[in-house]
Amino acid sequence: MPILLFKRTRALVAQIDEFLDTVGQAALLFERGVADYVAGRQDHFETHYKAIDDAEHRADELRRNIEKQLYRHSLIPEARGDVLGLLETTDDVVNQAKHTLGMFLVERPALLPGMDADWTALGATAARTAEAVVLATRAFFRDPYTVNDHLHKVYFYEKEGDRQAMALKRRIFDTDAELARKMHLRYFVLNVDRISDASEEVADRLAIYTIKRTV
Amino acid sequence: MLVLFFLSSGLFLGWSLGANDAASVFGTAVGTRMVRFATAALICSVFVVLGAVAGGAGAAGTLGRLGAIDALGGAFMVACAAALTITAMVRLGRPVSTTQAVVGAIVGWNLFCGRPTDTDALASIVAAWVAGPVLAGLFAVVFYVLIRRAVRRLRPHLLWNDMATRWSLIAVGAFGSYSLGANNIGNVMGVFVPVAPFPGLDLPFGVALDGAQQLFLLGGLSIALGVFTYSRRVMTTVGGDLFKLTPQMALVVVLAQSLVLFLFSSQPLQRALQGAGLPALPLVPVSSTQAVVGAVVGLGLLKGGRGIRLRVLADIAAGWVTTPLIAGAVAFVGLFFMQNVFAVPVQR
Repeated sequence: MPILLFKRTRALVAQIDEFLDTVGQAALLFERGVADYVAGRQDHFETHYKAIDDAEHRADELRRNIEKQLYRHSLIPEARGDVLGLLETTDDVVNQAKHTLGMFLVERPALLPGMDADWTALGATAARTAEAVVLATRAFFRDPYTVNDHLHKVYFYEKEGDRQAMALKRRIFDTDAELARKMHLRYFVLNVDRISDASEEVADRLAIYTIKRTV
Repeated sequence: MLVLFFLSSGLFLGWSLGANDAASVFGTAVGTRMVRFATAALICSVFVVLGAVAGGAGAAGTLGRLGAIDALGGAFMVACAAALTITAMVRLGRPVSTTQAVVGAIVGWNLFCGRPTDTDALASIVAAWVAGPVLAGLFAVVFYVLIRRAVRRLRPHLLWNDMATRWSLIAVGAFGSYSLGANNIGNVMGVFVPVAPFPGLDLPFGVALDGAQQLFLLGGLSIALGVFTYSRRVMTTVGGDLFKLTPQMALVVVLAQSLVLFLFSSQPLQRALQGAGLPALPLVPVSSTQAVVGAVVGLGLLKGGRGIRLRVLADIAAGWVTTPLIAGAVAFVGLFFMQNVFAVPVQR
């Protein structure tokens, strides 16, 4: 019986680690995907889209399995609700990343010249926010006293992303391009920035859950 | 058959102890769903019986010194008076300790029969009532600080932490159940020991039970019956409603409580302390629920003292006086009726 419980716990810990690895990987794939689209490397972009699609499926599968195990074996009864909420909101980051890359794939927005660096930087900032939130979530499971060391980075990158998104939108609307094109691009700016917003949502939850665990 | 009838009041006390006090050992673990009720009830029953038979003599002996009840009818009435007092106090919603009721009832018997009360024994018992919760509070603070430091240093994953806490709750619950059996069996069967009606019994594998141990076994079984038949609801209430403690805090509380019960009932420990020239604690039945309250208050003070309900503490302190007084009065009146109305001898 103890050996069985030991094995089960070890397997579940490994699954949570893999889930967080997958979210971190999805953030990197998103960053690469945006950079490839901006640089016009369509093959690479599609490869990265395929990879993020796989990551999203794997993250969903892991999340469902972890949730099922936590309920089935009545594990961490005090923190179960918090952990389930945390996994679901963290999964939203991957979902948003896949959704945004999918929009690039389907709608193929015509980017305006001279703004490639802004798009790449916006994509990179979104990825940094997601990476920081993955580190914070990992810390929540292993060492809740260090969660705040990562949370401040999430908030920093999220703010930075908002600033970059605003600057890019202003640049877009300052051009003579057609209004429809400008609005289409604004829509993409919003969607890239939504990854930072999704990460911020996870960070907000983490801040509360960490207080509960460290009081 | 008549013997069993006379023992019934003690067995009822045992059942009540199993139904209520066992909840203080496993309540939080079951209430927070860290341990299943069936697992808790089985472990609790086995270890309560073990503690009662193997380690019950010490604390029971002190009660025997307080009042050497020498007739079965007297022992019946003393246990019955304690049981009636507990039932009435529970119905009134007052915090009550079995020990205090039993001690009051024994002193009531002493007064009725004109026997002297061993003031040394009484003083050590009353001192233990105060020392029990205080010690539990101190232990809880020390254990909590140590566990917190260990967790911060080892940084276990949330799930490993959960597993360790779960197993620790089971292990500490078993220790707590053993200590509860050893310490509190005196309340249940202590008054019957001087009039133990059973001859020695030889069991297989060279196990021999003297008359007192057979009484303790019966008492232990009645506690186990209380655990299985009635403690589930109490456990759920204790775990879910009264204590809003984390599983780690619950572990600390049960550990502190178990250690207090153990200290006040272990004869080997007492001998070891005396052998080392250290002051030894008296072997006295102490209230397990008041030890829990002491531990929780200790943790509350460690956290800054907010949310401690002074009213509850005042009620407990008042219970130290009112419970023995009421039980003593009930025993006195009951013994009068027993002797003069039912013509049952209550002393030799």
